[in-house]
Amino acid sequence: MTTQPVMPEPYVTVIGLEVHVQLQTQTKLFCGCSTRFGAPPNTQVCPVCLGLPGSLPVMNRAAFGLAMKAALALNCRIAAFTKWDRKNYFYPDLPKGYQISQYDLPFSADGWLEVADPKGAFARKVGIVRVHLEEDAGKSMHDEAVGTADSRIDLNRAGTPLCEIVTQPDLRSPQEARAWLNELKLLLVYLGVSDCNMQEGSLRVDANVNLHVPCPDGRIAKTPIVEIKNMNSFRSVERALAYEAARQYDEWQATKAELGKIPKQTRGWDDPAGVTRAQRHKEESSDYRYFPDPDLVPVTVSDAQVADVRAAMGEPPAVLRQALAERWRITAYDAEVLVNQGRELVAYYEDVATRVADGKVASNWLQQDVLRTLNERGGMIDTFAIRPEALADLIGRVQKGDFDTSRGREIFAEVLASGRSVADVVASLGIAAVGDDELVALCRELIAENPKIVADVQGGKEQAAAGLIGQAKKKNPNVNPGKVRQMCLDLIRGR
Amino acid sequence: MTLARQDVAKVAKLARLALSTEELDRMTAELSQIVGFVAQLEPLDTAAVAPLAHPLETQNVFRDDVPAPSLTTAQALQAAPRHDGECFLVPAVLGESGAA
Amino acid sequence: MQPAELSATEIVAAVRQGDLTAVRCTEAFLDRIARLDGSINAFLHVDREAALATAARIDERRRAGKPIGPLAGLPVAVKDALCTADQPTTCASKMLAGFRPPYDADTVARLRAADAVIVGKTNMDEFAMGGSNENSAFGPVHNPWDLARAPGGSSGGSAACVAADMAPVAIGSDTGGSIRQPAGLCGITGLKPTYGRVSRRGLVAFASSLDQIGPMARSAADCALVLETIAGHDPGDSTSLAADVPHYTELLDQPLAGLRIGRVPEHYAAGLDPEVRAGVDEAFAVFRTAGATIVDVELPHAKYGVPTYYLVAPCEASSNLARYDGAHYGVRAEPGKGVRAEPGKGVRAEPGKGVRAEPGKGVRADEFASPLVEMYCRSRGEGFGPEVKRRIMLGTYALSAGYYDAYYAKALKVRRLIRQDYLEAFERVDLIGGPVSATPAFRLGEKTGDPLAMYLVDLYTVATNLAGVGGISFPCGFTKGGLPIGFQLQGPALAEPTLLRAADRFQRLTDWHTRRPKACA
Repeated sequence: MTTQPVMPEPYVTVIGLEVHVQLQTQTKLFCGCSTRFGAPPNTQVCPVCLGLPGSLPVMNRAAFGLAMKAALALNCRIAAFTKWDRKNYFYPDLPKGYQISQYDLPFSADGWLEVADPKGAFARKVGIVRVHLEEDAGKSMHDEAVGTADSRIDLNRAGTPLCEIVTQPDLRSPQEARAWLNELKLLLVYLGVSDCNMQEGSLRVDANVNLHVPCPDGRIAKTPIVEIKNMNSFRSVERALAYEAARQYDEWQATKAELGKIPKQTRGWDDPAGVTRAQRHKEESSDYRYFPDPDLVPVTVSDAQVADVRAAMGEPPAVLRQALAERWRITAYDAEVLVNQGRELVAYYEDVATRVADGKVASNWLQQDVLRTLNERGGMIDTFAIRPEALADLIGRVQKGDFDTSRGREIFAEVLASGRSVADVVASLGIAAVGDDELVALCRELIAENPKIVADVQGGKEQAAAGLIGQAKKKNPNVNPGKVRQMCLDLIRGR
Repeated sequence: MTLARQDVAKVAKLARLALSTEELDRMTAELSQIVGFVAQLEPLDTAAVAPLAHPLETQNVFRDDVPAPSLTTAQALQAAPRHDGECFLVPAVLGESGAA
Repeated sequence: MQPAELSATEIVAAVRQGDLTAVRCTEAFLDRIARLDGSINAFLHVDREAALATAARIDERRRAGKPIGPLAGLPVAVKDALCTADQPTTCASKMLAGFRPPYDADTVARLRAADAVIVGKTNMDEFAMGGSNENSAFGPVHNPWDLARAPGGSSGGSAACVAADMAPVAIGSDTGGSIRQPAGLCGITGLKPTYGRVSRRGLVAFASSLDQIGPMARSAADCALVLETIAGHDPGDSTSLAADVPHYTELLDQPLAGLRIGRVPEHYAAGLDPEVRAGVDEAFAVFRTAGATIVDVELPHAKYGVPTYYLVAPCEASSNLARYDGAHYGVRAEPGKGVRAEPGKGVRAEPGKGVRAEPGKGVRADEFASPLVEMYCRSRGEGFGPEVKRRIMLGTYALSAGYYDAYYAKALKVRRLIRQDYLEAFERVDLIGGPVSATPAFRLGEKTGDPLAMYLVDLYTVATNLAGVGGISFPCGFTKGGLPIGFQLQGPALAEPTLLRAADRFQRLTDWHTRRPKACA
């Protein structure tokens, strides 16, 4: 991997991420219980997810399909043979005493996902070590304030299908880590693999970070790797990594402790305080005694199946950005803004662009009006009150010269506020296309009333005509300023 | 084959089994004996043999992603040693994180 | 007509024809249970009222001319390792004392759907770990042929109740011989089907890649009848076989001419009781008379069966039994207190089989990292019996970092060699015959101090499970002391029709299976 072109700090931050993504299935990985978020505690549980004696898992076909989709989109190699292993440990949110996961034969490995350099300079490939499928645990809730009281266990989440995505330590800055996560989220949402909603726990990130510090003797010293947990947003990931890098540098200067000298530490991110804190060490934590789950059978995947999944996948964001820019002759920046809003917005955009046969104009309206409105008011493009055909109608009238863009904006706002059609709003505002005769009469009137401007124009100061446009608008708000200007100039010059 | 008492104690901890002093002594002796017995596999040349974790050779068993009824909360909690009508109750989980 | 003297096949026919009511039949067996089980201890739970109510509903339906199931009116005893929604399911462990699952095992559901009458849950070695039924938290089962002797295990209660005519058929489970060995020691017939033939859903798991449910009855024909109902694909068990279920009962009549039965020289190793050996030799002679050919075959890795089994099974068990931790169900030792039976949770002290709270084990609270860890360790330490703890320890050890390759992985490789032996042998023969156990029933207490000696009682049975094939055991004689001698036939995958047909033919030519223990007259 390339090193950073500029090194503002006296070290390189080396970051690897471990991301857990909830797959968008109706039911859990091994039973028919719903995965819907927000149900009352312990209402989406059955003998399988409660780990009752005698219960047995049966794998959800859709979960495996979605996981394959994710892995292919991350350019991973799909294993021809994969199996399920038990990861054994005791925890009250893990009712079986083991998690069904994948150990030595994950269904996919060796991929990459590109991240644009935050400064827009270049794109870098971030390696993916592996993507595997596993079940989620339940939720244990503890009110620390109550002290030693009981913890409450809700097993609704237990058995929810998760994809675990592990990157190579290829990320080189907190900003880059955040940008990469944004790209990953966009990709997975595009593919319908996950809703990636961090608030609902559909996407969780842990980060491994250490520093490479150049020493005076030319050697590169590596600080001990720290795993950071409890980050609840991409912003916290960036902040936590920045904090941790600075903290590690301070510690390095104080202790000169290097990688391998002390055991890997786990630190939790305390968002309000803006610091990471060491977490309690768990004894014999790493002895998970993995072994193949004898309740499940292996899965084999043929090349044909891989090809099918790939064919049904649709364009991932990176491909779509390029395609959009070429198809509609818009800039890479515009394509990025549109694509980053998600597949539904792109569909909306392409609908409008097709109807008005102008990608650039459609893109402007999308970015300046539609997106601004969505940002201000919240809401999804799917339920946005102005549908593509209405917006195209509006843009079409501007293109015909019925009125100018700023007038168009007013109509846009009114359509949005009233819920009426573009035609209705145009009519009710008394906006009617100003006929040529009417326009000529109006311009003659203006020329008669403004001898000074006429003289100026005749003296070669064409820009003086601008003074006529404001007056024209007062006389008839529907006039097209461009047309008024041209007409007045023609009349003054006696053509 | 003799297992050290403290190794057996470590295994007991991993298995979350409280053993009394006498139990631990006995377990150390018995496990040593059994481990010695199973060690007779060791000389067998298995370098070219693939492990067989399961007698079945079937693969690709799936179910469709179709919801099935869940238990009621009352049924789910019915056998719980302690619960509050909504959740299972266990002694405080403090800081000790689970895995993954 | 004395229902207890009828075979299952006869009972079903009699009920169907109206010669016998389901109620009368059920009552007759329940009466025997009431009379005899005090000295045998085969049952952990009997629900007389529920059984009679079920029987009455079947009779009503029959009288009303409505359809009745293929096992209508047949009393069935079910090993306490199978979940029953209306009766406790404890696996003979203090850990699950009073536990009532919210669902029926697939086998139980099929039995109910066939209109069988479930009379009760049978005693067993705790979590099916043992070969003598002495590892039950609710007291040992006594062999009906000699009450001072063990019935074998782990399905000892199922074997003993059939031997004592307390039920015409019983359901057992077999992980390393747990159907065949007690059947052999109690003089009844027990079938361990091919792995996956009967769904494991609702069978409390001991070792998932080895466990298999099967019928235990007084004859192969009765086993065939029950297997027809309980076998079949279950979409809720990923390891259940999709193959069609043959009409086992209709395939019994074919003669044995041309059948090749293998005889394994390794089976005649030192330690085989001379009387057992004589019985086995005689059985081969009977098969020869019936038209079968006896061919010597080798199973060179069979001698590694027991050590392989005692790695594979404990490793899986250590994980399967992790769920019994006091958190979500079962007994819990609250930090600072003993194991507590929750009020209203129905921890029932059956007469003479009480839940016994171990006296304080002297484990100090400060030895635990937290109250949660204390709850885990003490619930498990106090809830499990010694043999279960031993196997959990062994499995945990063999899977732990640094030992996995030497023990678990090694055992899996030897497991393949063992299966390979079978595959090769079954190219030369149709079935393999031999002893079930090296000795007849041993005395209660005889082996309890020596775990390894107890493990060796599985010598002839574990390889069947490791290979995933089927086996049947049935009586082939008696010792001078009046103890049954068992014969075992093993067959390739899905050879149940051949196993049942051969055993049935043997039983048409002999009367060992019709003998009854005097104590249970």
